Amino acid sequence: MQPDGKHTLSQNLSVYTNPGSKKNKLWRRMIRNWELYLFIAPAFLYFLIFHYGPMYGIQIAFKNFIPTLGVTGSPWVGFDHFIRFFNSYYFWDLLWNTLSISLYELAIGFPLPIILALAFNEVKDSFFKRTVQTVTYAPHFISVVVMSGMIITFLSPSSGMIVNLVEAFGFQAPQFLTDPAWFKTVYVLSGVWQSAGWGTIIYLAALSGVDPQLHEAAVVDGASRFKRILHINIPAIIPTITILLILNMGSILGVGFEKILLLQNPLNMGSSDVISTFVYRSGLVDAQYSFSTAVGLFNSVVNAILLITVNQIARRTSENSLW
Amino acid sequence: MSSAVKESRSDKLFLICNYIYLTVALVIVLYPLLYIISASISDPKYVSSGEMWLLPKGITFEGYARVFENTNIWIGYKNTIIYTVVGTIINLMVTLPAAYALSRSDFVGRGFFMAMFMVTMFFGGGLVPSYLLVKDLGMVNSMWALILPGAASIWNIIVCRTFFQSTIPKELQEAAHIDGCTNTRLFVKIVLPLSMPIIAVMALFYGVGHWNSYFSAMIYLNDSSKYPLQLFLRQILVLQEMAAQGGGAIDTSSATAMNTKAEIAALVKYAVIIVATLPVIAVYPFLQRYFVQGVMIGSVKG
Repeated sequence: MQPDGKHTLSQNLSVYTNPGSKKNKLWRRMIRNWELYLFIAPAFLYFLIFHYGPMYGIQIAFKNFIPTLGVTGSPWVGFDHFIRFFNSYYFWDLLWNTLSISLYELAIGFPLPIILALAFNEVKDSFFKRTVQTVTYAPHFISVVVMSGMIITFLSPSSGMIVNLVEAFGFQAPQFLTDPAWFKTVYVLSGVWQSAGWGTIIYLAALSGVDPQLHEAAVVDGASRFKRILHINIPAIIPTITILLILNMGSILGVGFEKILLLQNPLNMGSSDVISTFVYRSGLVDAQYSFSTAVGLFNSVVNAILLITVNQIARRTSENSLW
Repeated sequence: MSSAVKESRSDKLFLICNYIYLTVALVIVLYPLLYIISASISDPKYVSSGEMWLLPKGITFEGYARVFENTNIWIGYKNTIIYTVVGTIINLMVTLPAAYALSRSDFVGRGFFMAMFMVTMFFGGGLVPSYLLVKDLGMVNSMWALILPGAASIWNIIVCRTFFQSTIPKELQEAAHIDGCTNTRLFVKIVLPLSMPIIAVMALFYGVGHWNSYFSAMIYLNDSSKYPLQLFLRQILVLQEMAAQGGGAIDTSSATAMNTKAEIAALVKYAVIIVATLPVIAVYPFLQRYFVQGVMIGSVKG
């Protein structure tokens, strides 16, 4: 990241022994480190084939893809698929579901790890701290399939643990997974359960960089613990918060769809169908390749625009931005 | 922060609240995990009626017996182990050398490579073009469809690069060069042995990723003898197919028999969750100290 001040010894020597042109020096540096190009070759090929390759395939969004003619040979149709998508009756539902799930998740799932990390940071008892950390990190390692299975089992209307719990307190348990009104809450809260602990790691890393002298000085000045968190710890993690917020905003239409796909059923479809699950269904299940690619492209473009916009705002208003 | 100043009353109150808050968080996360363990060895009738709250009641190992009787679970286990081992090795072979090259400030072109890799974080071809590519490459219905399209992650490359930059002293590199050491020897003999913590973290991250992934298997595999564990889990846990296939022992069609069948299906679900998750949960505490260290080093300057 940071440009380093010192050159290698051999480079310094070469400046004196051979005051050749800059270009010449560059070439010699490249040749001397030829092995590094071999090191990076597999990754380069991987990104070229498996990330840039599909980008080439995006053109089928503007074509009527016919498998026998291939990506390049299929006939162009311009924006037909986009227009069809925007005019379809489900367009606004999909957009609303995608946006509302994302924003709901952002509102609850984003601040919690920050609060949790600030709380961890105040604990001196390292056994207690390590126990809580180990336990709260653990759900991160549970697969989406198992997680969805747990949700379905716990919310099972006849015997689920959570349903039993709600009824033990004397309430009538809602039909969590078949009532569209509950889907988003189930999705977001289960996500928080699974990843809030893991999310603290990056903030704890930032908090570990806080100069203890700042705290000592504040204590001498009579600042309470709460005040010190407010005026020392939170400002210290603001850059991290900003970066993560930008990254999150950039994927606001990219709601992680694996869990949604697994929890989806015909009864909750009204609130659970998002753009990415729709792309999967129309593209791979119904084999409408071109249409589905167009929908996916719309999604990625909106995400990219959001990311750039939020980054720009962050750069104008603070020192912190992705680039 | 170890100041000798005595805590004021408000600070004490704050600390107490803090402990309560963390204890509540602990209980909320821990309870469902303990519940599943207990439910997997309890008599299902206590579980479904809500009489089992924390400790197992009416201990039975019927659920585990049924899980291990299921040949699909064994096939899935075997496939998942193969995919995880091969996949993780490939991940490491792509990630580590690339990250090392990118960590070298005298590597001409690192800005270009970094930019090229980073773009893919924010923009991609999407599901269908990726699917068509994998299909055109002839990888459908082979393990390579699950491994090669995810051969590296830009995030992990950045974490490794930062690790190399901040822990491998530049002087070591220079000294090795002066002694006539080639870059390959330097990397294999000096850099890698010094990087065990980050290698362990990467192996854990990639390994867990392979162990848990189901989506690419779902779209690329059609031969069920190649299915990984997660696809069979999906059938049992999400599509609820166990109830239909698992109750061979019961042949009467009375209502009680149906009930027992449903209860046994529920028991199997708890057991299968444990069987599928245990390997991952079992390795992670041993690697925890590495990954906290690794992720922290990687993220602070990331």
